[in-house]
Amino acid sequence: MIPGAFAYHRPTSVKDAVGLLAKLGDEGRALAGGHSLIPMMKLRLATPANLVDLAGIAELKGARADGNDIVIGAMMTQHELIGSDLLTSKIPILRETSLQIADPQVRYLGTLGGNVANGDPGNDMPAVMMCLGATYHVMGAKGERRIAAREFYQGAYFTALETGDVLTAIRIPVPPAGHGYAYEKLKRKIGDYATAAAAVILTMTGGKVGTCSIGLTNVAETPLWAQDAAKILVGSALDAATVKKAVAAAEAITAPAADARGPAQYRTKMAGVMLARALARAKARARG
Amino acid sequence: MAKSQVSMKVNGKTIEALVEPRTLLIHFLRDQQNITGPHIGCETSHCGACTVDLDGKSVKSCTVFAVQANGADIRTIEGVANADGTLHALQEGFREMHGLQCGFCTPGMITRAYRLLQENKNPSEEEIRFGISGNLCRCTGYQNIVKAIQFAAAKLNGVQFQEAAE
Repeated sequence: MIPGAFAYHRPTSVKDAVGLLAKLGDEGRALAGGHSLIPMMKLRLATPANLVDLAGIAELKGARADGNDIVIGAMMTQHELIGSDLLTSKIPILRETSLQIADPQVRYLGTLGGNVANGDPGNDMPAVMMCLGATYHVMGAKGERRIAAREFYQGAYFTALETGDVLTAIRIPVPPAGHGYAYEKLKRKIGDYATAAAAVILTMTGGKVGTCSIGLTNVAETPLWAQDAAKILVGSALDAATVKKAVAAAEAITAPAADARGPAQYRTKMAGVMLARALARAKARARG
Repeated sequence: MAKSQVSMKVNGKTIEALVEPRTLLIHFLRDQQNITGPHIGCETSHCGACTVDLDGKSVKSCTVFAVQANGADIRTIEGVANADGTLHALQEGFREMHGLQCGFCTPGMITRAYRLLQENKNPSEEEIRFGISGNLCRCTGYQNIVKAIQFAAAKLNGVQFQEAAE
């Protein structure tokens, strides 16, 4: 399995990377951790004439607090994310999700930026980013723009990124202290994409849901933000009847493909089961 | 396509070479450098037989281009034994606990376990199983691989290995 020939570039600044990609146009692809792109290249499903490796760009690394947000460099690996005290203390759902992605070797190289930018509906982080209300920083030939995760995904492998764009950072508003969270993923084995998965962030006040946000993975061509389901839950004590209504609302927006993970109807039902479990776990973790 | 100059340290020895950018690290190591400890199992990033240690990370060398490893410090199974030529505790553990049958996955298993024990000196059984979940073995059922790693952890920590009752 030998990929097609390509020229390799390793710029050391975002400016140079964007300049190169603008010049190369459709002949160029950005390379992050490579654990989606390289397998596609080995299968010759991707045959870029040029690879622009982002690994040499220091400004794409690390995470920092910025006011009430945390800004994570696109080249932060899943392994670094799992080991980050800042991220784990402020936005613990990130670590919980990362640990369910692929396997240790893949997590050492796979990046958060690559995971969210690729547009693969099987990737786990996009639904979590929609759930958290994250914003992506994108640098292109015309300068920087910011795109909400909830508006970023257009179809399988189609995103708001244009040729020559580099997703440089992920900005996440820190959820309130004491929030509950969970990422529940059903998979056949370690390393598999989700049959269905659900991300939940909620706050509880006096035993009632104050705020709630829900993301769903791999049950449509794009990750889903289940806004209606979340609305049903706000103000409730997460009693069985209300959860059932919310689960039905979430299932209603799914449109999974039938594949080796099961028929479409099964995957829709599993999205509901994952949501119910995520809600229960988030509630148990919430203070207030 | 023009070749790229790469320089990397493999098992303590500096290697300089010209590679096509599309050359995967596993092919570079095996075919150009004759370092055949890392194996090609699935070649699709699943099985972990090609695992090498790269700058303190366990990576699947079938999913890394050699040009990406320019400047890296790499360790393969060939570089795991102690400096005096005696077996590393992990190698000893795999021998003592029968952690292999056909042996095809073993170089990747040991190289992965090497990094796992660097990061977690005293892993629980669950942590070992999670830590080697990127390495497939089709013979052993993993039981003896887990024991081999427990044996090695105990030896490196200077304590007697106690096999759990079955």
